[in-house]
Amino acid sequence: MTEYNFAYLDEQTKRMIRRAILKGLAIPGYQVPFASREMPMPYGWGTGGVQVSAAVLTPSDTFKVIDQGADDTTNAVSIRTFFQRTAGVATTTATSDATVIQTRHRIPEEPLHEGQILVYQVPIPEPLRFLEPRESETRKMHSLEEYGLMHVKLYEDISRHGHIATSYAYPVKVEGRYVMDPSPIPKFDNAKLGDMAAIQLFGAGREQRIYALPPYTQVVSLDFEDHPFEASKADHLCGMCGANDSYLDELIIDDLGGRMFVCSDTDYCEARQAAGHKGKDAA
Amino acid sequence: MYVAVKGGERAIENAHAWLAEERRGNTDVAELSIAQIREQLSLAVNRVMAEGSLYDPDLAALAIKQARGDMIEAIFLIRAYRTTLPRFGASEPVDTGIMACDRRISATFKDLPGGQVLGPTFDYTHRLLDFKLAADGDVPKAPSRDAETGTVPHVTEFLNREGLIEEAPHNDTPPPDLTREPLEMPADRALRLQALTRADEGFTLGLAYSTQRGYGRNHAFVGELRIGSVPVEMDIPELGFAVEIGEVTLTECETVNQFTGSKTEPPQFTRGYGLVFGQTERKAISMALVDRALRWEELGEDNVGAPAQDAEFVLYHADNIQATGFLEHIKLPHYVDFQSELELVRKLRREAGAQQVQEAAE
Amino acid sequence: MQANTLSGGFADPATQSAHAFRSVMEAMARPGTIQDIHGAAPPAPLSPAMGAVLLTLCDTETPVYLAGDMDCDAARAWLAFHTGAPFVGPAQCMFAVGKWDALTPLEVYPIGTSEYPDRSATLIVECSELASGATLTGPGIKETATLSLPELEAFQANRTLFPLGLDFIFTCGGRLAALPRSAEVSRSSSQARAQAGAS
Ligand SMILES: [Zn+2]
Repeated sequence: MTEYNFAYLDEQTKRMIRRAILKGLAIPGYQVPFASREMPMPYGWGTGGVQVSAAVLTPSDTFKVIDQGADDTTNAVSIRTFFQRTAGVATTTATSDATVIQTRHRIPEEPLHEGQILVYQVPIPEPLRFLEPRESETRKMHSLEEYGLMHVKLYEDISRHGHIATSYAYPVKVEGRYVMDPSPIPKFDNAKLGDMAAIQLFGAGREQRIYALPPYTQVVSLDFEDHPFEASKADHLCGMCGANDSYLDELIIDDLGGRMFVCSDTDYCEARQAAGHKGKDAA
Repeated sequence: MYVAVKGGERAIENAHAWLAEERRGNTDVAELSIAQIREQLSLAVNRVMAEGSLYDPDLAALAIKQARGDMIEAIFLIRAYRTTLPRFGASEPVDTGIMACDRRISATFKDLPGGQVLGPTFDYTHRLLDFKLAADGDVPKAPSRDAETGTVPHVTEFLNREGLIEEAPHNDTPPPDLTREPLEMPADRALRLQALTRADEGFTLGLAYSTQRGYGRNHAFVGELRIGSVPVEMDIPELGFAVEIGEVTLTECETVNQFTGSKTEPPQFTRGYGLVFGQTERKAISMALVDRALRWEELGEDNVGAPAQDAEFVLYHADNIQATGFLEHIKLPHYVDFQSELELVRKLRREAGAQQVQEAAE
Repeated sequence: MQANTLSGGFADPATQSAHAFRSVMEAMARPGTIQDIHGAAPPAPLSPAMGAVLLTLCDTETPVYLAGDMDCDAARAWLAFHTGAPFVGPAQCMFAVGKWDALTPLEVYPIGTSEYPDRSATLIVECSELASGATLTGPGIKETATLSLPELEAFQANRTLFPLGLDFIFTCGGRLAALPRSAEVSRSSSQARAQAGAS
């Protein structure tokens, strides 16, 4: 059987994706349509992120993949192995050592630095999709900067629940122009989107969209003066490393429903433990 | 003490090994060959080629074997392989008028030039399990005659001569390429047909059926259904002319649908069209009905809000590889999102509880 | 066909274009930064950087406009052989290639539509130098950046079109910089002083 090209995709496809990435960087937050290819993993499992990674990776990169913040979840393992095999890149779990990080649902806790690229897997890139199912309509709304529907939805939440009832994939406005879906990251991570030193690229394979945030881009979570945006997390310390500033997973640890809370960012937690930090549940 | 779950990599390797073993099944039973699948499960092969958008019976057979007979999985394998192939150019449009027909029927005329040819069809088989096949598959030779040569005229041409059916004007505009350009609305007919020919057979069938039951009814007759092989030609710039590079089997369905007309225009029948790789007639007929339903706007019909009339709905949901991927992705961990929802619901409940206490106190 | 038509492409297209793209992407993501780019040896008047950008981004799907001196047999033959890009006029192009004077005025290039602002041209401008100069602010820039630009007004006018507009890549020898439409451009304080001194 045929040998596959470096990073799997053929050169023409990579050029097409690369052109889309450049336009995405030039128009921060705008969703650039691209002719997403079928990848050897299912749509919805990171094909957009994988295509973006394939288009940006060079053989000198060090690649990290996380899913839910963890390097060892099965889909993260699968994607990492894919690029080890097809691009021969070095891989790492250490956030600071990686030059390209592909992620599903999290932004690493450790601040990223210049020279790094964060690639997000995006299931539904259109922030207005659940308010208006038609692409033809939502495209018009973006072109006219017509975001009233989104504010109405958020305000209805407040009147019903007393709070904005969106806890992940919380919409943001980029450079005062485009409303953007930050992918299903918890809203805890929204604060990290703006003014980031790294380049952020978003790939939605099935929905055929790429968008981007250049470094140091202004990103504001939508809110209201009387209900300002609040990044929230479980009000606990990490049971393993004692961190009070990281996003936590809740685990059920016994038949009686006993709980513990652990950093969702496995690299962050392990690095803290290695540095001698200890949580109340650590051995 | 809590130990974080590790070993995703080994779990995956083990799962793959088990899968390979299950695929092979009991090793006392002879292994299927690609040729056996290609020859004896040819309609499965055809569907995989059609929805995989790649005409290669051997690869489709391999995909079916590898996918343990899961058709969508096999189609997926073909699609993923297809995207990696370099593209040398585009063929000339095929001419189904010169099709060497194995089957050719019309439901609108009892007889017509070229004749009615039933061909290898299930249509009039009594659906009785043939237990002889369980023992041995030897079949007596079917009677044969020399193949007809020359063109087989399309039924719609006869109607066209009388002006009874809408014109299908010749159009040399290159169609958009769904596999190279992102799907964009509004989609013209060429793009819609392209999406429909690789659309999931079940989805297309369901939509077509819904039009028959009144959700955007368009009174379809099968003007003609033909199955056979056509030559594929490609223009070679260095030679300055087109050469035949092979042939493909296609199923073509032209429906004759309810007529339109107005004060200024006399009534005319309208058309629906289906063209699919291989012998895939359920799909081709379904495609023609859905095509016709999607044409409501250009034919000046009412949008009755039927699903089959809604191009954006149909085209964005017809691809089984997109659909199955997104559907099945909810198996992946979502505990980060779930955790954020959990925190929010707890907070809202806490506040609702506090409010009730306060109200009770007041 | 000339020997230098066939040569000067990427010897190892997959990895060389990957590296070249990273240079272009870094430049576009961080306006004002100057990046090295390698791998191409096109015939004059195309610079190595210009050649590498074209090899990285162009193919049969990208109409290219060659402006002024760049519209010559050597450049056409080389680009046709290595990229297959069709040559078109400025109004149909996805990429325009040339020196600044030959590329202007900018009104002729596609700037995208309000629903598809990405359907706009990228101008690849061959420059005699890449250095500090005008002051840049906007996405990709921490506080301010600086870049030598052939003029200011055209880029300021382009910024007012946002989110529509043109994007620019500047090449010089083996280096490049970029200016996306999102960048605000103003006279640097040193330029302003020089201006004041001259008047
Ligand atoms: Zn921790």
